[in-house]
Amino acid sequence: MKPTETFYEVMRRQGVTRRSFLKFCSLTATALGLGPSYMSEIAHAMETKPRTPVIWLHGLECTCCSESFIRSAHPLVKDVVLSMISLDYDDTLMASAGHQAEAALQDTIERYKGNYILAVEGNPPLNEDGMFCIIGGKPFVDQLRHAAENAKAVISWGSCASHGCVQAARPNPTQATPVHKVITDKPIIKVPGCPPIAEVMTGVITYMLTFDRLPELDRTGRPKMFYSQRIHDKCYRRPHFDAGQFVESFDDEGARRGYCLYKVGCKGPTTYNACSTVRWNEGTSFPIQAGHGCIGCSEDGFWDKGSWYARLQNIQQFGIEANADKIGATVAAGVGGAVAVHAAISALKRAQIKRQSVAENEENV
Amino acid sequence: MTDIVDAESLSPKRAQAHALPGATHQTSVYVYEAPVRLWHWINAAAILVLALTGFFIGRPLPTMPGEASANFLMGYIRFTHFTAGYILAIGFLFRFYWSFVGNFHAKQLFRLPLNDPEWRKEVLFELRWYLFLEKRPKKYVGHNPLAQVAMFIFMTLGLTFMIVTGFALYAEGSQRGSWQDMLFGWVIPLVGQSYDVHTLHRLGMWFILTFIIIHIYVAIREDIMSRQSIVSTMISGDRTFKDDDPD
Repeated sequence: MKPTETFYEVMRRQGVTRRSFLKFCSLTATALGLGPSYMSEIAHAMETKPRTPVIWLHGLECTCCSESFIRSAHPLVKDVVLSMISLDYDDTLMASAGHQAEAALQDTIERYKGNYILAVEGNPPLNEDGMFCIIGGKPFVDQLRHAAENAKAVISWGSCASHGCVQAARPNPTQATPVHKVITDKPIIKVPGCPPIAEVMTGVITYMLTFDRLPELDRTGRPKMFYSQRIHDKCYRRPHFDAGQFVESFDDEGARRGYCLYKVGCKGPTTYNACSTVRWNEGTSFPIQAGHGCIGCSEDGFWDKGSWYARLQNIQQFGIEANADKIGATVAAGVGGAVAVHAAISALKRAQIKRQSVAENEENV
Repeated sequence: MTDIVDAESLSPKRAQAHALPGATHQTSVYVYEAPVRLWHWINAAAILVLALTGFFIGRPLPTMPGEASANFLMGYIRFTHFTAGYILAIGFLFRFYWSFVGNFHAKQLFRLPLNDPEWRKEVLFELRWYLFLEKRPKKYVGHNPLAQVAMFIFMTLGLTFMIVTGFALYAEGSQRGSWQDMLFGWVIPLVGQSYDVHTLHRLGMWFILTFIIIHIYVAIREDIMSRQSIVSTMISGDRTFKDDDPD
């Protein structure tokens, strides 16, 4: 078996010039927030290190993560990173199918035991023994467990794998379950978003392949470099928020002037993602720039929090939908009413006692 | 028991009952020390400011005219909210400290004598009094036992909840690595995500506003109907009794 190729060799074989290669390295260093000095380090790693194989599994999902990934801004990323990893196993993108594909998966697992990265797009449904998602005649959850057994690390692509997303929304009939609740003995990197930003996905993979270690993760397992700030913190409409200038409805003057979308339900202040800095489609735009509020797609359970156009979320108890202000105002009004009634009874009682004592006094006299 | 005048609260200067002119003789006991009273009113003012500004952070005021650079309304509202929040949090910490060094009544807010069967009976007695099932209220130097339970649930637990969730939300703005994030950053992952914490914090506001309705009503009602002073006690610190009957 010939030694595994390096990234650089793969790139050159694909017709990438050295100049383009170095541009990719510097761009990646910048995207990861590493500073210019790391550019040569990335280049060196790519030239010398054997590439790390990646297995890409698909559970219950819509393939939006893959769609996002192959639209990564820098053409090199799709040419190089994608072709490198799809060589091993990605049932959506690979050429082989059927038994051939499953054999390729098995082959990769055995050849690179303990060395490959498992990237999971979508999640396994656990209800009915996992029968709601069948891959190669077997429940997806079995394939996931099997592939994870010998993986070095697991990447949870998108909100499906990280949180459950739409298929895990109330009432979640298939019991779709995020990856970290099924695989508990491996380091898991969550890259939430529906889909995640392409540059974030390639950034995470490049970091792991180059430095041979996991990126720094926050408390919930998301890479700090992309998920440590809210959309709100870096939003270009933030000055309008601080000034108190809001879009009240989508066809008003405020909307035309590009005011803050907070009042029409923007979830930017509660959403951790890199959209307001990295943006989408080669840095062209992102939802708020297009005039629509953030829907909070990279946050846990964003389908179940009520309208995308309301600021206060729905609280569903006993099948009744309400928000915090409705519940609070109802309770306060109820208590206020009870207080009024109680006060009235107290006054009556007091008057009654007074009459009695007056009567008693008169009797005594 | 709380209805017995304990030695601690009877400082020699204060022990002398003020003989007020009038038919009935009134006794007075020094109950709430100056720091407790001061905390009560600062806390009340902070809650008022926090609820008002908090309400308008969740539901902002109508749009300001002019350039963004000429306005900072939301910024000022949030600044006021955060400042009042700090005042409330520091005050609460001080009040907790005072429960160790203050007099007997200063401890009531933080410690419920749940193991005392006599106290539990008194809670039920007070419940009956508020349900008009008892004709004659009892005398209490400090909080009556039912009031103490309410204070503990609404204030001690309620304020703790608001301080913890409040600082967790504040940490979002002060960014990862700030001391707020180090101390309270665990709250958001514990609850699920930031949006839920915002919702809980807003429900907490209504919880405390509900308490305020009850608190003000009961304070005034008991001032009229019970056998001791209530409202003036939180101003002067002295509790006066309207009669000299025992119990």
